Parts: sequence; structure tokens; C-alpha cells
Amino acid sequence: MSNLRTPLKNALGLGSAKQGAHHFIVQRLTAVALLFLSLWFVWTVLGALHGDYAAARALVAQPFNAVLMLAFIVAVFWHAQLGLQVVVEDYVHTRWLEVALQIAIKFLCFLGGAASALAVIRIALGR
Amino acid sequence: MTNHGTDMAEFTLPKNSKIKAGKHFPAKSGAKKLRTFRIYRWTPDDGENPRVDTYEVDLAACGPMVLDALIKIKNEIDPTLTFRRSCREGICGSCAMNIDGTNTLACTKAIEDCPSGDVKIYPLPHMPVVKDLVPDLTHFYAQLASVKPWLRAETPPPPDKERLQSKEDRAKLDGLYECILCACCTTSCPSYWWNSERYLGPAVLLQAYRWIVDSRDEDTGARLDELEDPFKLYRCHTIMNCARTCPKGLNPAKAIAETKKLIAERAG
Repeated sequence: MSNLRTPLKNALGLGSAKQGAHHFIVQRLTAVALLFLSLWFVWTVLGALHGDYAAARALVAQPFNAVLMLAFIVAVFWHAQLGLQVVVEDYVHTRWLEVALQIAIKFLCFLGGAASALAVIRIALGR
Repeated sequence: MTNHGTDMAEFTLPKNSKIKAGKHFPAKSGAKKLRTFRIYRWTPDDGENPRVDTYEVDLAACGPMVLDALIKIKNEIDPTLTFRRSCREGICGSCAMNIDGTNTLACTKAIEDCPSGDVKIYPLPHMPVVKDLVPDLTHFYAQLASVKPWLRAETPPPPDKERLQSKEDRAKLDGLYECILCACCTTSCPSYWWNSERYLGPAVLLQAYRWIVDSRDEDTGARLDELEDPFKLYRCHTIMNCARTCPKGLNPAKAIAETKKLIAERAG
């Protein structure tokens, strides 16, 4: 090695982060939730397919649908953030670009989730 | 090692690694059962790009394994061909290489089990090449050393006998102790290709798990602490190339999954 470091020094790097279990568990938890919520979501959207705008609003406004819709939104954006984070960690090795992408992913997923949730809440509360 | 100075994961070969057509070594006249071997060649000495040389081998006068053909080529056709080999019976791991697109041991891979057509032989993928079929495994061995793959216990061994283990506990090491560290699995793993500096890879993680489940080892918690890391362990995305390519029929992906389960278990 030209930098005179030992191979073991390179292999040890900065050591263990001693975390990662939480990411692993939440990714699987949201995946299980989405398994059911996605089926419900597709089923519900299919039901609204031939209705008009007012019918769609009425559908979302039902408490049962509004609650599941909110759960679906939280699970989708949380799961997407965790997954996209891993994709960037896997493939992007330019430090500044990696950090910028990780921040952008977190911000966009939060904003997307917040905007979607607000839309459902406004309809559910009749505003 | 790999990836230094690159922006993204590498999907194409750098210019000086592009493979060119090489020399052709026809068989001597009178050969009865011809098979052509296409072999990756590169030497650090001449500044040339890698090339693929083709060798016609008479299988009627050759042993049954791919390693037999390599040794015959080196002895009788081209003494410059460079490869590692030692035990010729699948226990030393030296002759690990990529044969017909799959990492395996040349000594246990029968020539007749290679699909029809030319037999293509390359070094283990995505590792620095020392010469021809010899990869640089320095980092791989250092990663193995980094998990301290030996028995770690506070309790001293009994003065008059070995550390004992129940038959049930011993059985937990089956499927793990057989690993010969040939690096076939690790170098078949895309996660390892893109993040080899930090991801430990299937072989080293299997070795780490081998000590985590050993009933005589007392450092389980510290071992799990050392592995719980987004890169060292969690780069495994269950691609399963490791299990598919292992010449000993082991399943490193399962060992990794079990490690993740233990870490999740202690997290609550």
C-alpha cells in the first residue's frame, strides 16, 4: 500500500457504528404494514374509479378510510425514505453528493408525507 | 482498494482494464478430444491491457478437472500462465477463480460439467489482479482478521481437559466450520463489489457468525456490537449469490440473516 497503512488499519476503518438494528426493524415493520395497506388502498381506489370528484371526497372523508389512508401515507413515505437511503449508500461514493442526496431524500419524503396527510385531514374534517 | 477516487459504483471497466484479444495456442496434430480454454491474462510488467488467450487442450491426455487442464497448459503449452493451486481436493481454497461465469474451485470443477463451447476462465471478480488468475486478497484477509475469528473467553479452560460442548451445540457449527475462505462468495457479491472497503462480505460474516454461535465463546455481545453497522453487516441485501456460488455448498446468507436476527432480538 502506497499510504503505508497496514491492511488491518484499512479494514477496521472508523470502527462499528453500533447501530443499524433500528433501521432494519423499521424497514421490515413498514413493509409488513404496506403489505396490507397497499391491498386496501388499491381496493379502495378501484372502488372510486367510476365515481366523480365529490364521490371520491366522500369516500376519503369516511373515518375508517381516512385513518387507513393516513396510515398508508406514513408507511409509504417512511419506507421510501429508508429504502432510498440504502440505495444512495450503496451506489453514491462522492461524500458531498451522498450527504446532499440523503438530506434531499429525507426532506422530500417528509414534505410529501405532510402534504398528503394534510390533504386527507382537510377532506376528513370537511374543510 | 476498489472504488477509490470514483464518484459512483463502477459499472464499466476503466480504460486500462478493457480486455483485448490475445494469443491462440493450437493443439498439436493428432489430438483426439479437443476443448478450447479462454483464459484471462494480465501482467503488471509490460503496461499492456489484459487479454484473453485461447488454448486448445487434448482432453484425452488430461485429468478431469479444470485445474488439471490449467496445470497441463502451464506444463506443456505456456509456462507463463500464472495461477494459485495447492491441495487439488477442495480444502485449501487456493484455486478459486471464475469459470464459465461462476466463482468456484478449479480443482473440484469437472471440465465436462462446463457448458458446451469454450471454457472461459477469469480471476475472481472485482478484486485487484496481481497477475493472470491471481487476485490480491490482502483486504479480504485483513477483514477476516478484523472480526478476531478465534475463541474469546474470560473463563480459563479447565486445567485437565478441553472446553466441552454438548452435541447439540456442536451441531450448530455444521455448515459453518467447513468454510475454506476461498473468497468465491465474497467476490460474487454485488454489495461487496460496490462497498468492499466497509462491507465485510459473506465469507467474513459467516466466520464471524461461526464464533457468535459457538457455545464456548463468551464474547458474543462484543461480536454483535462490532457487526452492528450499516456497512459492515447491513450492506447484505439477501442477493444470495454467495449461497449459489459456494463450492462447499454452504449458505453464508443464512449466517448473515441469523446474525441480523440476534441483533434484532437483543434490541427488544
